[in-house]
Amino acid sequence: MTFIATPQTKDHVRWRDMSAARRKEAILGYLFISPWLLGFLMFVLGPFIASFYLSFTTYSILQPGKWVGLQNYTRALSREPLFWKSLGNTAYYVIGAVPLRIILGFILALLLNVQVRGLTLWRTLFYVPSITPLVATTVLWLYLLNPKFGLINYALSLLHISPVPWLTSPKWSKPALILMSVWWVGGNMVIFLAGLQGIPQHLYEAAELDGANALRRLWHITIPMMTPTIYFNLVINIINTFQVFVQAFIMTDGGPLNSTRFYMLYLYDNAFRFFKMGYASALAWILFLIILALTILLVKTSNRWVFYGG
Amino acid sequence: MGAATQTKPRRRSMGKLWRRRIGLGLTYLTLATLSVIFLIPLLWLFTSSLMPLSQIGKWPPQWIPNPVQWGNYTKALKFWHFGRSFRNTTIITVFSMIGELTSCTLVAYGFARLRFPGRDTLFIVLLSTMMLPFAVRMVPMYIGFSKLGWINTFLPLIVPTFFGNPFYVFLLRQFFLTIPDELVDAARIDGASEFNIWARIILPLSGPAIIVVAIFSFQAAWNDFIGPLLYLNDERLHTLALGLYTFTAMPGQGSLYNQLMAASVLMVLPMLIVFAIFQRYFVQGVTLSGLKG
Repeated sequence: MTFIATPQTKDHVRWRDMSAARRKEAILGYLFISPWLLGFLMFVLGPFIASFYLSFTTYSILQPGKWVGLQNYTRALSREPLFWKSLGNTAYYVIGAVPLRIILGFILALLLNVQVRGLTLWRTLFYVPSITPLVATTVLWLYLLNPKFGLINYALSLLHISPVPWLTSPKWSKPALILMSVWWVGGNMVIFLAGLQGIPQHLYEAAELDGANALRRLWHITIPMMTPTIYFNLVINIINTFQVFVQAFIMTDGGPLNSTRFYMLYLYDNAFRFFKMGYASALAWILFLIILALTILLVKTSNRWVFYGG
Repeated sequence: MGAATQTKPRRRSMGKLWRRRIGLGLTYLTLATLSVIFLIPLLWLFTSSLMPLSQIGKWPPQWIPNPVQWGNYTKALKFWHFGRSFRNTTIITVFSMIGELTSCTLVAYGFARLRFPGRDTLFIVLLSTMMLPFAVRMVPMYIGFSKLGWINTFLPLIVPTFFGNPFYVFLLRQFFLTIPDELVDAARIDGASEFNIWARIILPLSGPAIIVVAIFSFQAAWNDFIGPLLYLNDERLHTLALGLYTFTAMPGQGSLYNQLMAASVLMVLPMLIVFAIFQRYFVQGVTLSGLKG
């Protein structure tokens, strides 16, 4: 847990060993954090447990529902083709978008880290798309991706590539959304840039004296030193892209032919269009377990490639 | 002999210098090309928001509006019920910011400056809740709020903000830890209460961190789509984001790209202005989020 800056004081003093002043301090401490503590109980832990319970029932907002055991889970896994379809769509999107976003974010950060002039300006230019409200961005991209008069097909036509049907074709709809996700790579870039600037300069100087060229310096210094940052961005990007929702909801509503029916869309439909809230809760738990498993997998494999030497 | 040994290393360093220059030139070229690619969509958003509809569907795409049609904006304001949506969005945003700033600074002070049993464990719990997918909480929270009769009110969007946000607490705590102990201790010796220390010492010294949180909080509330989609079915309560979506979903209206772009410009513009003023803080905030790694 390297990320927690530890205060100088220790907290594990037993209550009865405390002086009156320390007790008073402790009570005040709980009071100060009480908004979060209450919020945690009401809006995180409570819903979390409730969701687990609901996932074993046929609850809907319209009727109380009854206990059905594991039926919601077995139904999702064995009798709902759309479950697997939506999971497959989401995996496609994650596998397509995450590496692109990591690699492009890293390349941009590398370019900005070569003592360029006007660093702030460049950084701003690449970061601006990331601050545009998602709904407005989505509306803009509906237009950009329009097969007949959109700018993207126009750019392709300049390269003599025939028009792509993008959101109207089951084959191209996911690549279209992946392309769009690359546009807001600015956040990754900023985090990578901060990481790059933290690499001690003397490592490069030493390597240069040894005659290592730029490519070798990148491979033997920059990338190993950046693995913690790459790892962090990887985890965050996977968790976020796994929950892709707004773009698909607005642009395609899952279509064409369910090709953009992502997992969150499928979950939302069941919960709020069909009011199958018990089933939707089971879906939420399956999602949670998948994300948990992925995170654990990343944590477990991290010691093989993440370098915490610096 | 002497001349040769002198010129040789010099030539080598000249070659190196040129290689550096070419490298730098290529870097600028790549950066310029990429930034143009990144910004063209935004440029197109602005120009097409002023075009007549006949110009929107032209091939090749047009760049300069002819004639400039400001009417797109007035029409967009109308279908969007701009006044109403803007007011709703502003109410939600302002209260969320107040809620998050108050609660998160208090909680962060507790975690940064006070000692109590279980503090570090609780802080790890707080951090780990950031990884929890919203999907797991979505359904029960909806059920809870509907039992309270809060559907079609702003309460489900505002009330939770008064109970802290893990990410902002984390940012603020990191900052509070950098404030020298002497200041806090001196105030304690003078008999100041913890609440007074929070209000009179910590907050005034934490301007940058508070601005970062204020900006993030503003951005999240202003851009939020899923929250209003879940809780605000009544059209009179629609926010800007929700209104824009409803417009794209309307048959016929959805293809009026020029008006849609005008509405999007109006939605993007406040964010751009805030970003232009506070861009340094944006970058700081994103950078700090990377610190968790």
